[in-house]
Amino acid sequence: MIVLSDVLILAAILFCISVAGIFINRKNVIILLMCIELMLLAVNMNFIAFSHFLQDINGQVFVFFILTVAAAESAIGLAILVVLFRNRETINVQDLNSMKG
Amino acid sequence: MADNMESIYIAIVLSPLVASIIAGLFGKAIGRSGAHWVTIIGVGISSILSLIAYKHIIFDGGDIFNGAVYQWLISGGISLEVGFLVDRLTVTMMVVVSFVSWMIHIYTIGYMHDDPGYQRFFSYISLFTFSMLMLVMSNNFMQLFFGWEAVGLVSYLLIGFWYKRESAIFANLKAFLVNRVGDFGFILGIAAILMAFNTLDYWEVFNRAPVQGDVTISLFQGYEWSLMTVICISLFIGAMGKSAQFPLHVWLPDSMEGPTPISALIHAATMVTAGIFMVARMSPLFELSETALNFILIIGAITAFFMGLLGLVQNDIKRVIAYSTLSQLGYMTVALGASAYAAAIFHLVTHAFFKALLFLAAGAVIIVLHHEQDIRKMGGLYKYMPITWLTCLIGALALIGFPGFSGFFSKDAIIEAVHLSTLPAADFAYYAVMTGVVITALYTFRLFFLVFHGKERMDKETWSHLHEAPAVIWVPLSVLAVPSFIIGFFLVGPMLFSEYFADAIYVAPAHNVLAEMGQEYHGIFGFIHHAFKQPPVYLAFVGLFLAWLFYIRLPDLPKKIAGLLQPLYFVLVKKYGMDEFNQIVFAGGVRRIGNFLWDIGDVKFIDGLFVNGSALSVQWFSGVVRKLQSGYLYHYAFAMIFALLLLIFFFVHN
Amino acid sequence: MAQISNMMLLLPEIILLGFACLILVVDTFSTDPDHRITYVLSQLALVITISLVFYLHTGATALAFGDVFISDPMSSALKAMIALYGLVLFLYSFEYLTKQGWVKGEYFVLGLFAILGTMVLVSAYSMITVYLGLELLSLSLYAMVAMNRDSASASEAAMKYFVLGALASGMLLYGISILYGITGTFQLNELNQQILQHSEQTGLLVFAMVFIIVGIAFKLGAVPFHMWVPDVYQGAPTAVTMFVGSIPKIAAFAMAMRLLVNGLEPLMTNWQTILIILAVLSMGIGNITAIAQSNIKRLLAYSTIAHIGFLLLGIIAGSQQGYAASMFYVITYALMSMGAFGVVILLSRKDFESDLLEDLKGLSDRNPWFAFIMLILMFSLAGVPPFVGFWAKWFVLKELVASGFIWVAAAAVFFAIIGAFYYLRIIKLMYFDKADETPALEATAQMQVVLSLNGIALLIIGLSPGLLMALCLSSLL
Repeated sequence: MIVLSDVLILAAILFCISVAGIFINRKNVIILLMCIELMLLAVNMNFIAFSHFLQDINGQVFVFFILTVAAAESAIGLAILVVLFRNRETINVQDLNSMKG
Repeated sequence: MADNMESIYIAIVLSPLVASIIAGLFGKAIGRSGAHWVTIIGVGISSILSLIAYKHIIFDGGDIFNGAVYQWLISGGISLEVGFLVDRLTVTMMVVVSFVSWMIHIYTIGYMHDDPGYQRFFSYISLFTFSMLMLVMSNNFMQLFFGWEAVGLVSYLLIGFWYKRESAIFANLKAFLVNRVGDFGFILGIAAILMAFNTLDYWEVFNRAPVQGDVTISLFQGYEWSLMTVICISLFIGAMGKSAQFPLHVWLPDSMEGPTPISALIHAATMVTAGIFMVARMSPLFELSETALNFILIIGAITAFFMGLLGLVQNDIKRVIAYSTLSQLGYMTVALGASAYAAAIFHLVTHAFFKALLFLAAGAVIIVLHHEQDIRKMGGLYKYMPITWLTCLIGALALIGFPGFSGFFSKDAIIEAVHLSTLPAADFAYYAVMTGVVITALYTFRLFFLVFHGKERMDKETWSHLHEAPAVIWVPLSVLAVPSFIIGFFLVGPMLFSEYFADAIYVAPAHNVLAEMGQEYHGIFGFIHHAFKQPPVYLAFVGLFLAWLFYIRLPDLPKKIAGLLQPLYFVLVKKYGMDEFNQIVFAGGVRRIGNFLWDIGDVKFIDGLFVNGSALSVQWFSGVVRKLQSGYLYHYAFAMIFALLLLIFFFVHN
Repeated sequence: MAQISNMMLLLPEIILLGFACLILVVDTFSTDPDHRITYVLSQLALVITISLVFYLHTGATALAFGDVFISDPMSSALKAMIALYGLVLFLYSFEYLTKQGWVKGEYFVLGLFAILGTMVLVSAYSMITVYLGLELLSLSLYAMVAMNRDSASASEAAMKYFVLGALASGMLLYGISILYGITGTFQLNELNQQILQHSEQTGLLVFAMVFIIVGIAFKLGAVPFHMWVPDVYQGAPTAVTMFVGSIPKIAAFAMAMRLLVNGLEPLMTNWQTILIILAVLSMGIGNITAIAQSNIKRLLAYSTIAHIGFLLLGIIAGSQQGYAASMFYVITYALMSMGAFGVVILLSRKDFESDLLEDLKGLSDRNPWFAFIMLILMFSLAGVPPFVGFWAKWFVLKELVASGFIWVAAAAVFFAIIGAFYYLRIIKLMYFDKADETPALEATAQMQVVLSLNGIALLIIGLSPGLLMALCLSSLL
């Protein structure tokens, strides 16, 4: 029997992995996009779990919105990535520091 | 008549503002002469209308005006408005401000003749006149603060008028920070008033202040402070910044970097006296706190004495006068502390005239010597510039308090008032201002003798071009010389010992030293006669004599006598030895203390540590904080996540 | 349930959406290289939106669309302001894009979508609408920042903005999910009541609230969630920077009001303390770091951060008057910020951004009138009386003191004083330094008129701040 806390802990672990990925990764921007996706999915897991255990449909509706937005978000992320590569010929996170101070 | 007067008051304030805007925005269109004409006329209107207002209030006994002319907004029951309180104190200040300013406008035509920023300069000094008038005519704390900041702003603009250097940013930051310290106190004072009285109107605050006399507040847990003391000391900290009182005085000598007319107008005659005026205006509040009065006495006495000492060791003609200004401001502050507000204002008025005169005379000398400011490279100028010499002599005599000159009456009154004061700090202040008299006379006449008498030490090129200053320069000098000389006669009786200020200044009966002096006042000659029974006059003579001895008499003596009889030579050597002794022990000793204080106290400690230190540390800190913004995405993300974790750690607990 | 008549309340949003879609199509088929038709239609869309907002404004509070949408005086006032500022922004932007020679129809379309996002956010009454409005706004902005495809710094800025923005919205969502788990609702008003009933779970509620505050603070650009601000301001084309610096701030204020005040009011003492920390840090770091900047856009970015700290103070005060003061602050701040970037645009030329402080040298000689406008703007930003920025600070501080946060107010005054320095430095550059080169200003008449009006409007609001303040108060009471 899966209880609420099991799902929440899984979602929390996924969330932590994705957040850690954003600041530990210093190489490839694409990994950042993947982490962002993972983060949204972790949150979705939370919503679905709560929705199921609260017997409330709204949580699942929210998940659909998040999925849609996440799709748009990756589209824009990838577009920015293309522009970035075109201009700098690198997608190395470490090289993105021309502006600072 | 009342409506009439209201429009006159508005015109007094607005005409310099309009002139300033015209000269500032359309300077190119109206040209150089257009700029000076429009501003001179604008300020001229102000001066003449101020004189009318003066006559209306002082001589015709007209009604005091207190009312709003423009309501800004009402916020939470507090009305913020532009309003005027024109009473006997205000009109006195109005006349001084507008008149001195007018003279300086005229003088500027000659002084700034070749400057590319001519129109801009006129625009600024008119704007300054407007701000200063707003400050003195205000009837509420809000507008007082506005005028306070506005004069400060114009002052920065003018200090930086000739700056084209990279270090300008840093130098501006310094003057700026010192005044911010003062303003911080000032804002706190106003905020405290707002909290305690829930109004910003002067009269309402003054009327309700006595009730609050015993109220205490606790700023820190467990320490009870008298509300009035907190308010008064906060306000006075503001005055310390603006009126350059120790230890916030360091910006004033540096401000001499600006053009000389500015030194005369802003950093000697008017703006720096804003703090003095403000305390006098707030007399109903300050009278409620003896702690604050003692504090003021001590600060004033320190400033009066130690800043005078520093004047002895300066060689820049303007810096000598600047230190003398500091010292004289100290005298005024001492008078405020002794509750002799009228004497402080009286000294303010006389000082405005004679100090403006001295500065303008110094400016005339500087112009004639092609921007040479070192007094060691001057000398003997009296032959070439007789008018400047005479007017400067009048100014100098007024400054040292030579009997009969304007400064004599005001300074003597201050010293006498401190003598009679019963506050604990009064004894210290009395000796400080007393010794200050010798020092004042010494540095003033050191300057005077080195510039106008003795050997001509300038180079050939300059020497061959020596001439009297042009008319636009010597006319204002002469006009200012008249009040510097005689104004004391007219004002001493009425201003100090009669109902001149009426209700404008309030003095608690227990502190009323001037009333005590008034009982022994029997006319001007009685006053002079009385003064001759007191030490200050003789101390001034001693100072004058010492200056003469050191800078006129002795430098020549050894050489002449060396060529004379051998038997007398020994005596002369001995006398020369006396000279050396004098130089080392008296002049030298005093000089060395002065040097020491200037070097260690002023330059290293206050300047270096407090002012430059805080400016530097802000810049340093800015550089460090910048490093946090590393430019790396993962650092940014880490900062966010770390902050999130910290917030969770500190705030989430059941 | 929603009634059909209530759909009227959404009319401005619906019309704006329709226009945005229409303009997108028109722009695709238009052959005009200047995209003038797109520009004109966008302005028309905004004018119609403003009129509709006024037309529908009743002063009453009403819910619509399954109660996820609220129309109240605050939303009407903010929407009118947003659309009005949108008009001005587009005008400045069109000038800039024409000068730089890369007018793009997408700028206006994305701008309209961003404005639509802010309007949805302003009227949000459910977590779902908050999230959708926020994302519509953010996604449009990411794309706008990257719009100049040939600029390396713009794409770098866009990437940073995007990743950090996504991270922040992920955190916001995580907070929302926990709140949903505790209370079982997304409705802000129900949330409010549910929190009172679940007071035994305060720890968990505060845990969720911290995540939500991170989302708000990121959007506002409050320290330590401000790192994106300087890079985006500097890297983005000036027209986009101007957009990022004005309308989204109003939206972020509305978001804070909806979430913290409408939704999480029972946790006020908790969020007050957190916001105090953020506000003081923002004022400190913003003002201090700004001193060391040499790029105007970056300097204005740090100045924004400092102003956001001040803006938060009114919310911290926790009273209706305090919120009104914050609203006053954000409305006037957005106007000042637009004016400041307007001057940067005015000075720019083709292939020359004119975004260094040095480029302002001797402006008073080159053009005294716009130097004067910039003077008004700088005094106003510095908070010098009688300019409007002073009033904004004054109202906020007054309410803060009235709520008893005296030491916070003292810190605010202290940092404001430090902050005044770099604004005055700009004035010094304009008035005291000589320009290295003095090319004539290239600006169309309408640009000059609008920029002048922008400055004069600030002057007028400064002289009679009572009117705007009354509007702010009435929209919150």
